[in-house]
Amino acid sequence: MRERKVPWLSGGLLLGAALFLTGCEGGVLDPKGQVGVDEKNLIIIATLLMLIVVIPVIFMTLFFAWKYRASNHKATYMPKWSHSTRIELVVWLIPCIIIIVLGTITWISTHRLDPYKPLEHDKEALKVEVVSLNWKWLFIYPEQGIATVNELVIPTGVPVSFRLTSESTMNSFFIPQLGSQIYTMAAMATQLHLVADEPGSYDGISANYSGAGFTGMTFDTVATATKADFQSWVEEVRASEQTLDSAAYAALAQPTEDHPVTYYGRVTSGLFD
Amino acid sequence: MFGKLTLDAIPYHEPIIVGTLAVVGLVGLLLAVALTKYNKWGYLWREWITSVDHKRLGVMYIILALVMLLRGFADAIMMRTQLALATNGAEGYLPPEHYDQIFTAHGVIMIIFMAMPFMIGLMNIVVPMQIGARDVAFPFLNNLSFWLAVSGALLVNISLGVGEFAKTGWVAYPPLSGINYSPGVGMDYYIWALQISGIGTTLTGVNFLVTVLKMRAPGMKLMQMPIFTWTCTWANILIVASFPILTGALAMLTLDRYLDFHFFTNDLGGNPMMYINLFWAWGHPEVYILVLPAFGIFSEVISTFTGKRLFGYKSMVLASGAISILGFIVWLHHFFTMGSSANVNAFFGVTTMIIAVPTGVKLFNWLFTMYRGRLRFTTPVLWTLGFMVTFTIGGMTGVLLSIPGADYVLHNSLFLIAHFHNTIIGGAVFGYLAGFAYWFPKAMGYTLDEKWGKRAFWCWQIGFYCAFLPLYVLGFLGMTRRLNHSDNPDWNIWLYIACVGAFIIALGIACQLIQLVVSYRKREENRDLSGDPWNGHTLEWASASPPQFYNFAIDPRVEDIDAFTDMKEKGHAYQRPETYAPIHMPKNTGVGFVMGMLLTVAGFGAVWHIWWLVIAALAGTLVAFLVRCYDNDVDYYVQPDEIERIEDAHRTNVQLANAMKA
Repeated sequence: MRERKVPWLSGGLLLGAALFLTGCEGGVLDPKGQVGVDEKNLIIIATLLMLIVVIPVIFMTLFFAWKYRASNHKATYMPKWSHSTRIELVVWLIPCIIIIVLGTITWISTHRLDPYKPLEHDKEALKVEVVSLNWKWLFIYPEQGIATVNELVIPTGVPVSFRLTSESTMNSFFIPQLGSQIYTMAAMATQLHLVADEPGSYDGISANYSGAGFTGMTFDTVATATKADFQSWVEEVRASEQTLDSAAYAALAQPTEDHPVTYYGRVTSGLFD
Repeated sequence: MFGKLTLDAIPYHEPIIVGTLAVVGLVGLLLAVALTKYNKWGYLWREWITSVDHKRLGVMYIILALVMLLRGFADAIMMRTQLALATNGAEGYLPPEHYDQIFTAHGVIMIIFMAMPFMIGLMNIVVPMQIGARDVAFPFLNNLSFWLAVSGALLVNISLGVGEFAKTGWVAYPPLSGINYSPGVGMDYYIWALQISGIGTTLTGVNFLVTVLKMRAPGMKLMQMPIFTWTCTWANILIVASFPILTGALAMLTLDRYLDFHFFTNDLGGNPMMYINLFWAWGHPEVYILVLPAFGIFSEVISTFTGKRLFGYKSMVLASGAISILGFIVWLHHFFTMGSSANVNAFFGVTTMIIAVPTGVKLFNWLFTMYRGRLRFTTPVLWTLGFMVTFTIGGMTGVLLSIPGADYVLHNSLFLIAHFHNTIIGGAVFGYLAGFAYWFPKAMGYTLDEKWGKRAFWCWQIGFYCAFLPLYVLGFLGMTRRLNHSDNPDWNIWLYIACVGAFIIALGIACQLIQLVVSYRKREENRDLSGDPWNGHTLEWASASPPQFYNFAIDPRVEDIDAFTDMKEKGHAYQRPETYAPIHMPKNTGVGFVMGMLLTVAGFGAVWHIWWLVIAALAGTLVAFLVRCYDNDVDYYVQPDEIERIEDAHRTNVQLANAMKA
C-alpha cells in the first residue's frame, strides 16, 4: 500500500492559526474586563500545557503509521512484543504529571474566578438585579430605583455585583467580552461579579436555550466612559413616565420576542425578592 | 375517543414534512412490493423478525442505526443550511417552531437511535463469538430489547407526521420541558420514545453482562477476554448502573406532566436542578457507553492489521475500567455555571481531567502496538488513524472545558458543540465505521469494497474538520448554541465553511451507501471463504463467514488472549473432531416483536391521552409476555449429522481459500 499525504492536517493547522487571528476581535478572546482577561489567560496557558502531549501524540501517530507500514521491510517486526514496563511507566506518568499541574491550576483558578466572590477592587460595587423573562432581560438598579429592559448600562472601572433570577425557564446571563456567565433560575437567586475596564458597547446574550424567542433574547451592555456619563444616563431613565410595579411586571412577564429597550423611571422596592 | 388527537395533528400544510413523508411512504411501498413480488414476507418473518440469533439481531440493529443516521443527518444539514442562510439578521427558511424541533430530534436520534444501536449491533455480532459462546445468555430477551429500540425509533419518527416533536433541546431541561412551557405533545413523544428504548438498553446491558460472566469458552479467564469484549463489558456495567437513572428521571417528568406532580416545577416544592443532576448522572456515563466499545474496536483493528499482539493489554483493561468509574463522578461538569461553590466546581473539574490520564494511556498503547508492526492501510486502519489524530484534539478541548474558569466563558457555546462532535464523531462514530468495515465480512460473508470505503473515509475526515473547526472559532467569537439566526458579520464566513463541511460529510455517507451497493454486486469475487480474511487474533475469525448459526460446533479451548492466533500457531485451528455432540439451540419467537409493537401503540396512546388504547395495548403486552412465560416449546437440538455437513463444507471452503492464497 502506498503512503498517503495528510491534507486535513495541514488544513487543520491553517484553520487553527486563522482561529487565533480572528479571535482577536469580539468574543471571549477579546476581553474588556478583568474577569474575562483572567479567563482568556487561563485558556491559553491550559492549551499550551496540553499541546506538550497532544503534538507529540499526533506526530507519533503519523510517523509510526508511516514507518511501520507493511511495505517497509527494513523496519523491525516483532509480532509478539506486547509489554515493556519502562514504556508503560512513562505512558502512565506523563499524562499524570500534566494533569497534576493542570489540576493545581484548576483548583486555584476556580477559587479565584468563583462568580460568587466579590472582585477585589478599591471602588464599591454597583448593584444590579437581573431577571430573565420570556424572552427578554429585566435589569433593576435597586440603589438608583430604576429598571430597564434589554439594556444594561454600567460605569467603566466599577465592579458590578449581579443578583440573578428567572421568571420562567432557565437562561444563562452572559456578556462574552466581560467574562463568566451564570444561570438564571426561577425561585432562586444566583450571583455574579464582573467589571468593564474599557468603555464600549458589548453584546449580551442568553447562553441557555429557553424556547421559541430565545435567539432574540439579546441585550446591549454599555460601559460608560465616566461615572458622570453613567449618572446622566440614570437621570434619563428616571425621566421615564413608566413605573415598574406588580401590574407592570405581570404585563412584562407575558411572552414577547425581540422586545424593544424600555426604561422604567420608578421601581416598587423588593420586586426582585 | 381519540384523546387530544385530531386531523389537525397532521402537518399537511408544511411542504418539507409532506415531501419527506411522501418519500418515506414511497420507499416503504417499493419495499413492500419487492417483498411481495419475490415472496419474501415469510422469509423476513421467520429468519429475521422472529430471530433470536445474536448475529441477525446485530445486523438488524446496524440497519436501524444506518436508517436513523440518514434521518439525523438530514436534520443536521437543515440546521447548517438554515444557519448559513439566516445571517445578518435574515430569518432563513426554518422558523423557530421547526428549527427547535429539528435540533432536538437531531440530538435524540443521533445518540439514542443511531450511535446506541450501532454500538449494540456490533456488540451483538461480535461479543458472543469472541468469547466462544453459541449465543447470548437470554436470546429471547435480546430479541425483545431490539424491538424496544425499534419501538422508540418508531415513536420519534411518527412524531414527524402526527403532531410534533419536542422543542426543548435533547436534554429537555424543566421547567421548559414541563407542561406549562411545553404544553404540546412533542415532549410526550420524547418521553415515551426514550423510556421504551431505554428499558430495552438496560435489558441488553444485563443480558451481555451475564453472557460474559457465565458463557465464556472453557479456559478463558476474565483477563483473557478480547479487548473489544472487555470494553463492551465496561460499557454494559455503565448501562446497568446509569440507564435506570434515566428511567427514573423520565418517570418523574412524566408524573409532573400527566398527573400534576411537582418534582421539577418552579413552584410547590419542585426543583428543576434535580432533573439536571439526574439527567447528567445518566448522560455523562452515556458518552462513555458510546465511546468505550469504539476504543475496543480500534484496539482490535490496530493489533490485527499490524499483525501484532496488542501492546499493554492489562493497561488497556484497567484504563477502560478507570474511565468507566471516573465517568460516573464527573456529571456536574455539565453545569459549572449553575452556581455551585468553588470547592464543588473544582472537585468535578479535577475528576474530569483525570479521565485524560487513562485515555492518554490508551492512545500511547495504540501507538506502541503500531511500533514494530507491519501496518496494512485498510479502511478500518484509516478510520483508526483518523480517530487517533482527531480524538486527541477533541480530548484536549474536553480537558479545556473541564476547567471551570474556562467553562464559564465556553459553556453552551459552539466551542462545546465542536468538542462533543469531535469526540463522538471522531471517537465513537469513526470507531463504529471501522468496526463495520472490519466485521462486515464476518457478518455478511464478503468483504467491503476498499475503494469506496476509503473515499467515504476521506470525505468524512475532511468534512469533519471543515464542519467543526469553524465551530470552535465561533465559540470563541461568542456564538452560543441553538440560535435560530445570527446578526454578526464576523461569524458569517465560519458558518458558511461549516455548512460546506456538512455537505462533504454527506458525500462521505453517500460513498458509504455506494460502497454497500458495489460490494453487494461484487459479492461473489469478494467472498470470504476462509472466515478469517484479515488473519485475525480472536475467536470470531475461527468460524465461517457468515458464521454457522450455532457459532461453534465444539466449544473452543482457550489458552491465550489472542486465542485464535494461538490455535493457528499450535495447529489446533480447523481440526476435525472424532464426533459431534447435539447442540442445544433456542427457537425463534414472534413475542418480542409483538410486545415491541404493542408498546409502540401504548406509547402513542399515552402521547395523545387515548387511555383505552393504552390500557388495551398494555394488556396485550402482558398477555404476550405470559404466553411466552408458559411456553415450554422454546428450544431444540441440532443433530450431529447436520453439524457434520455444515462443518465439512466450511473446512472445504477453508482449504479452497488456502489453495487460492497459495
